[in-house]
Amino acid sequence: MTISRDDVLRVAELAHLELTPDEAEMYRGQLDEILNYVGKLQQLDLTNVEPMTQMSFATGETTSPLPESNQEAGTPLRDDIVRPCTVADAVLSQAPDAIKPFFRVPKVIER
Amino acid sequence: MSAAPWTIAGIHAALQAKKISAREIASGFYAEIDRRNPELNAYLTLSHERAYSQADRVDAAIARGDKLPPLAGVPIAVKDVISTSGIRTTCGSKILESYIPPYDATAVTRLENAGAVILGKTNCDEFAMGSSNENSAYGPVRNPVALDRVPGGSSGGSAAAVAAGLAVVALGTDTGGSIRQPAACCGIPGLMPTYGRVSRYGLIAFASSLDRIGPFAGNIADTAAVVAVIAGHDENDSTSAAASVPHYDVQIEGPIQGLRIGVPEEYFGEGIDSEVKEKVLAAIALMEKLGCRRIPLKMPHTEYAIATYYIIATAEASSNLARYDGVRFGLRVPGATLLEMYRKTRERGFGSEVKRRIMLGTYVLSSGYYDAYYLRAQKVRSLLARDFSDAFQKVDAILAPTSPTPAFKLGEKTSDPLQMYLADIYTVTGSLAGIPGISIPCGKTKAQLPVGLQILGPHFSESRILQLARAFEKAGGFGI
Repeated sequence: MTISRDDVLRVAELAHLELTPDEAEMYRGQLDEILNYVGKLQQLDLTNVEPMTQMSFATGETTSPLPESNQEAGTPLRDDIVRPCTVADAVLSQAPDAIKPFFRVPKVIER
Repeated sequence: MSAAPWTIAGIHAALQAKKISAREIASGFYAEIDRRNPELNAYLTLSHERAYSQADRVDAAIARGDKLPPLAGVPIAVKDVISTSGIRTTCGSKILESYIPPYDATAVTRLENAGAVILGKTNCDEFAMGSSNENSAYGPVRNPVALDRVPGGSSGGSAAAVAAGLAVVALGTDTGGSIRQPAACCGIPGLMPTYGRVSRYGLIAFASSLDRIGPFAGNIADTAAVVAVIAGHDENDSTSAAASVPHYDVQIEGPIQGLRIGVPEEYFGEGIDSEVKEKVLAAIALMEKLGCRRIPLKMPHTEYAIATYYIIATAEASSNLARYDGVRFGLRVPGATLLEMYRKTRERGFGSEVKRRIMLGTYVLSSGYYDAYYLRAQKVRSLLARDFSDAFQKVDAILAPTSPTPAFKLGEKTSDPLQMYLADIYTVTGSLAGIPGISIPCGKTKAQLPVGLQILGPHFSESRILQLARAFEKAGGFGI
């Protein structure tokens, strides 16, 4: 067994999910099976293998996974120019509970 | 009006000749949707008002004698993970049941600027997490080819809409196979462009290093016409590539004689359905007959791809989906404290597959497990990408099955998440490497279920992939 019931409850807490006792047991079994399967990566010798940490590729027909900078990869940076952003009303209109210009949430600080 | 046979070129010609108006085309498609959608469940939301006002703009342009843009009057469906201003966008989730985006995705803007008419938003697995469309909070989609079967996923609604003639083309998204696999299941072409080729601005994130927008269509010319419109740099997506966009629609007729096509033995091993294997091998033989040179390949890390994918994709998802907390948009379930509100909102708003992936992703990123799972998966991702870059030293494109089986029955795999994940075994490799891939039909099984042929190429090789697909289509390969 790779993952215990306590592990599942701890992960659910980290992810802000509530689980019923039945759900906790169902997920424990399923996550255990999946983690056992993905555990096959432990078979590989990964000495001197660099992690692939970004997805930007040189244009043209070559496949070099990790160019030095995103400029070379053809994903140019834009100029850092301050521009007006006038979306506040539209954004707040989708909020479950808003008092312009704020989102309202349950009280966080007790005093 | 019969909706099924429309192509982009056919619409263009009919509009130019004033045989039909854009409004009449749109209303014909809506009539067909009203008739078929209750059974198929391909569309979640219809956008009549926006569609008709766009159609009227096209008709006014025709009346003025203006030159028509490339997709003028073309009815299109958009997967419900792609933002549409003023049109509900649910991601197939209860947590966004009444969410109305305040802006359009760049791909949507570009389609409308090219004259396309957006008919509505299509059903999908919740947050694009699934391979059968059965994880939608709004019910599964039925495969129009065989109603007791899944259309594939996660872009099942988009694939079914095009296959059933309820849209001429559709946008889907592909994270681990979510365009290519439903295209295969429904018997139509579906293209996943190179990572960075199409802007992700307005695509609601599942796994940001993997997510891509691409088209479904009834033929290769229409596939090329749509990607030609949506591709190109966008300053709102810093990962979008500056590379100029070729005229894919013109280039599809290019020659394929002498191209080296690689056939990786790992894609024909244990688990492949014998009829799928037979059809894909027949398709490869046809490519050889058309002048391609077949080269056997070994891609030794293929067997680690599913494990790598489900670590990386869930890790990214657990981070991306942290935003659904009931504060700024979407569902809120009240709670006495802020934390209680978060938990109750997420408990009620997310379905079980989304929770499963959030927990898996949280686990592989958590203290004590990060190195063993996430970092390790990122390293194996490098090896998988290297398998492809090594292969593309020897070959111009790779041919393989899209999916190990044809469309499976509704309910067949829902109780076993790992078996469902294994449906993506031939598609997650290209996703992890960032390369483009297309699935095209290559005949049917004895039970009349479509089989998909996958063509993968180096980064930014969409033109070549489309040329191979077009030559195959022209030679009758779709019905092989």
